[in-house]
Amino acid sequence: MTDPLTPVLTKRWLSPNSWRLATYEALEGYTAIRKALAGTPEQLVQVVKDAGLRGRGGAGFPAGVKWSFMPPNEDKPHYLVINADEGEPGTCKDIPLMMADPHSLIEGCIIASYAMRSHRCFIYVRGEALHCIRRLNAAVREAYGAGYLGENILGSGFDLDITVHAGAGAYICGEETALLDSLEGRRGQPRLKPPFPAAAGLYAAPTTVNNVETIASAPFIVNAGSDWFRKMGREKSPGPKIYSISGHVEQPGQYEAPLGTTLRQLLELCGGMKDKVPLKFWTPGGSSTPMFTAEHLDIPLDFEGAAEAGSMLGTTAVQVFNETVSVPWAVMKWTQFYEHESCGKCTPCREGTYWLAQILERMVDGHGTAEDIDTLLDVCDNVLGRSFCALGDGAVSPIQSGIKYFRDEFLALCESNKRELVGAQA
Amino acid sequence: MTMAPEEPKTETPVPEGHVKLTIDGEEVIAPKGELLIRTAERLGTVIPRFCDHPLLDPAGACRQCLVEVEMGGRPMPKPQASCTMTVADGMVVKTQLTSAVADKAQQGVMELLLINHPLDCPICDKGGECPLQNQAMAHGRAESRFVDKKRTFPKPLPISTQVLLDRERCVLCQRCTRFSAQVAGDPFIDLLERGAHQQIGTAETADVLDMASKTTSGQPFQSYFSGNTIQICPVGALTSAQYRFRSRPFDLVSSPSVCEHCSSGCAERTDFRRGQVMRKLAGNDPEVNEEWLCDKGRFAFRYAQAEDRIRRPLVRDASGKLQETSWTEAMRVAAEGLAAARDAQGVGVLAGGRLTLEDAYAYAKFARVALRTNDIDFRARAHSDEELSFLTSQVVGTEGVTFGALEKAPTVLCVAFEPEDEAPIVFLRLRKAARKRHAKIVHLGQWTTSSVRKTFGELLACAPGAEPAALAGLASHAPDLDAALAQDGAVILVGERAAEVPGLFSAVHELSARTGAQVAWIPRRAGERGALEAGALPTLLPGGRPVTDAAARAEVETAWGVSIPESPGRDTSAIVAALADGSLSGAVIGGVDPDDLPDPELAHRALERAEFVVSLEMRPSGVTKWADVVLPVAPDVEKAGSYFNWEGRRRPFDITLENTGALPDCRVLDTLAVEMDADLFTQTPAAAFGDLSRLPAFAARPAFAAVAADGTEPGVRLATWRQLIDNGSLQAGEPHLAGTARPAVARVSAKAAAELGGDTVTVSTDRGAITLPVEVADLPEGVVWLPANSGDSRVRAELGAGHGAVVSIEAGGAR
Repeated sequence: MTDPLTPVLTKRWLSPNSWRLATYEALEGYTAIRKALAGTPEQLVQVVKDAGLRGRGGAGFPAGVKWSFMPPNEDKPHYLVINADEGEPGTCKDIPLMMADPHSLIEGCIIASYAMRSHRCFIYVRGEALHCIRRLNAAVREAYGAGYLGENILGSGFDLDITVHAGAGAYICGEETALLDSLEGRRGQPRLKPPFPAAAGLYAAPTTVNNVETIASAPFIVNAGSDWFRKMGREKSPGPKIYSISGHVEQPGQYEAPLGTTLRQLLELCGGMKDKVPLKFWTPGGSSTPMFTAEHLDIPLDFEGAAEAGSMLGTTAVQVFNETVSVPWAVMKWTQFYEHESCGKCTPCREGTYWLAQILERMVDGHGTAEDIDTLLDVCDNVLGRSFCALGDGAVSPIQSGIKYFRDEFLALCESNKRELVGAQA
Repeated sequence: MTMAPEEPKTETPVPEGHVKLTIDGEEVIAPKGELLIRTAERLGTVIPRFCDHPLLDPAGACRQCLVEVEMGGRPMPKPQASCTMTVADGMVVKTQLTSAVADKAQQGVMELLLINHPLDCPICDKGGECPLQNQAMAHGRAESRFVDKKRTFPKPLPISTQVLLDRERCVLCQRCTRFSAQVAGDPFIDLLERGAHQQIGTAETADVLDMASKTTSGQPFQSYFSGNTIQICPVGALTSAQYRFRSRPFDLVSSPSVCEHCSSGCAERTDFRRGQVMRKLAGNDPEVNEEWLCDKGRFAFRYAQAEDRIRRPLVRDASGKLQETSWTEAMRVAAEGLAAARDAQGVGVLAGGRLTLEDAYAYAKFARVALRTNDIDFRARAHSDEELSFLTSQVVGTEGVTFGALEKAPTVLCVAFEPEDEAPIVFLRLRKAARKRHAKIVHLGQWTTSSVRKTFGELLACAPGAEPAALAGLASHAPDLDAALAQDGAVILVGERAAEVPGLFSAVHELSARTGAQVAWIPRRAGERGALEAGALPTLLPGGRPVTDAAARAEVETAWGVSIPESPGRDTSAIVAALADGSLSGAVIGGVDPDDLPDPELAHRALERAEFVVSLEMRPSGVTKWADVVLPVAPDVEKAGSYFNWEGRRRPFDITLENTGALPDCRVLDTLAVEMDADLFTQTPAAAFGDLSRLPAFAARPAFAAVAADGTEPGVRLATWRQLIDNGSLQAGEPHLAGTARPAVARVSAKAAAELGGDTVTVSTDRGAITLPVEVADLPEGVVWLPANSGDSRVRAELGAGHGAVVSIEAGGAR
């Protein structure tokens, strides 16, 4: 068996001072832009299309196709916006990437901007990640100093400015249109689509919003080619992916492996379950993706595999929980997160999460009834697919999947109330 | 066997720009771009909704209007918000009527909306007319499954003196915030916090729960349109301080009416109970006010309920005191006094600018028939012969520019006209034209006012008095505007203070003739255009007939059966001057405040000096103070009639409060004329209108007599106009409205402010002085701006001056 790890994005992370320009340059850094700037934007879009690179932010939309939505003319300024508002519970890949190898993101930004005829790129970083913001700013300064940013980059005639923008800590601002509103200085709430960002995004100009990991992949694809990229992963989900593994495992952390790796393989990589306590449930891609159980150890973790098994790949934030964890309790905690982070724009998400959290809190507190479980599921049904953006859909995932696989645990919490009622009748 | 021939299948042709779709199994053709919710509504299917409003941009926030949609034979995976999705060819839509999914989605959203909504309908103002209540009955569950804790807030939160917010009732549809941001351009309220804690608030309500009076930008909260947010709120979250807890919708009788304040002629709905108006709401008239009203139109009606309303005729007794008397006694005294005055030096008529068409006609006829004079003028404000010539040659009888034309105009030039203050609904249309169609709105004024900013406008700044020169030189200093005015549909709007600038009407006329731009005159008062049509002017008879035109005069003489003096009469200023120097003996005065007249001091003296004054009034005034006979007349709600709005559109309205005993002016004048042995045939408004309508049409108009602009006198020039909410007498008795008035401040340029130093400025003439806090604006040097009638700034009364006057300014010292 070949090495299950495919360090591409992570290959420089362990080098001393990996975040410095000198290290980056010594390790093939800024070689891809020379190639890229020598070609045409159309060629770049085609290479990324051919590579089959899919968005790493969760939805898995083909990046090359997204890039090709940008209008070919430049009547209005084009913008590239990097979604670095990593906030999905369990997800920890973008911030480590920007900490360890910020220049790979910057190089990716240059390539993507060139491909989309953008001369202004914004990196919207989650506000809480202060250290990361500083490091990114330092890297951008280094890149300007070395002539990789600014006017006439490497004599190519291409100009690009990058601005690192700190968010203010709202989960909703990871939704691309809410991110754009926030970036414009408005209240971060999702926008009505259409118009889509490629038509009227930031400041009503053509805009592409991409995830950090997606853009950081671009230099490698440009350097090594689409065929190389397609050697990793599976037919429809090619390439390597950073799996961020957290929870009850011996060695939590970021593991870069080809898309389609299974949890069983990942558990081997991180030393197995902590203290050998058996696995109970896990999320394939953060709390917004329906949970899996020990039954799903061999599901290939790529976009198709996760979807076929009834969940989503999400951000490949694998949260692992052992048998000591109460599912209703974990579901309550996640629901409290969504209640806290619901932006409030639409009724189902705003009111639904408020209600769901109260029911779950009551249940965990021992005051639930069996009817509450039906109410939970029905409210989830009234939120799923009815909310303005996907936050509402994500909010009900833990509840629906939790009850699907662990209904008995929810019922057990209601058991005492059932007895009380029976006693009252006697 | 015979067979019926097969019915030939007829495909309904789809017109250009339309699409064909299916809603609940029914084929329907809809214009491209139409929202599904409207198409369904045209079919008679009402999809429940909260955030959707036809005059606001779609939001898709409440999710109440979810329907199932199939495109190209493929059902969309999720139900779609019908308020944000536009029709498409071949689309198949299933609403709650045919789709269990849509029905459940709607019921689910309704249940979610109600979990945090209090069950206080029995004490809520909206109860009985509440979209949430109604739609919950139609599309909701009978019982809630919610047994947990509802979200509560301290209440109510006053977001202005006239709008109160009960946040726990709010369904966060954002109609109010979207109205304020999009339609009014006053984004003083916005969403705060997030999730279930999300709430409407102002900059100060985020942490402080007390009175909020500032917006995020630090500007005080003064939207002239905030009342609309109360009306469009689909729940009882926004209520009116004036109306809160005063009545229940089902106790009210609603009557369609027309606003009596500005010249827009907005459609209103007046709700009354037990003989008292409780509130006014905007009527829906897409051609005029759409569904909006300004706050003055909505809230300023308490003047008619004032304690000091004159309800019985008054006659001055020997000791000089006004005593209540009978109508017969008062009529006899008035008729005798007027006849005597008429036969002495004559009687002048000041009709005032707030009359209905019918009442103005009665004044015009009364002057000619009973008083045998052309000494009549409705202009209770600064006026000029140039204006008179402009009105009689260019305005009377025309129906040119309309609200709709303004919305479609590529370019609008506002001259001596402050739309937000003088005709707020015109302002809303200009803003809409600019926002939706990118119309270019240019303001020839003195500083970048909120009207300029909020119409995305451009300011052509000049000193007061220099406007004619600015217009004359347009081709050289603003060639782009000059060219834009030559575009099809370009409009020039000219306001009432143009009468104070010699040569301005001439410059407007010249510019319009040169560029082809249409001109519309927008007076500030509701009755001015009607009075113009009715002939309440010294040079004009009804229907735009010049007094000096023998043929025109003869038509009226035949109709009225009298002979009319062939020379023009005195205008307002001349009538006042003649009363003051004794060359007129008496006066009949409608709703006129002497302090509005060009020279208030002279007006007061004239009234004191006049031998006999009859005042037709609602409340004690500067005229009743000197009147020999005071005849009470009905306010708007207690009579029928019609206004001619600035478009020249007749806005008829019926009586709202019947049998109050108050008589319209036309009835009072009719009886008075009978007492003087003359017949007006204006016993009722309908009779007066009938009498006016029987006059044949008259098309000929005199030519406009142009006037040269003044040489510019040296000195500081005064710029001034009336703010919408000010000391006006029709705003009496309404403290909630008054609380949102813009403060009285003087404005000067930054340089002048620095030179003056201090926080206040004193503006003075030889008559008097006004001291106000000073604010800096982008005024030209040598210009000071004062609000004409706000707070302590009563420019006419105190300074005896108006727009364009030379004044002196100095530091005002501590206040």
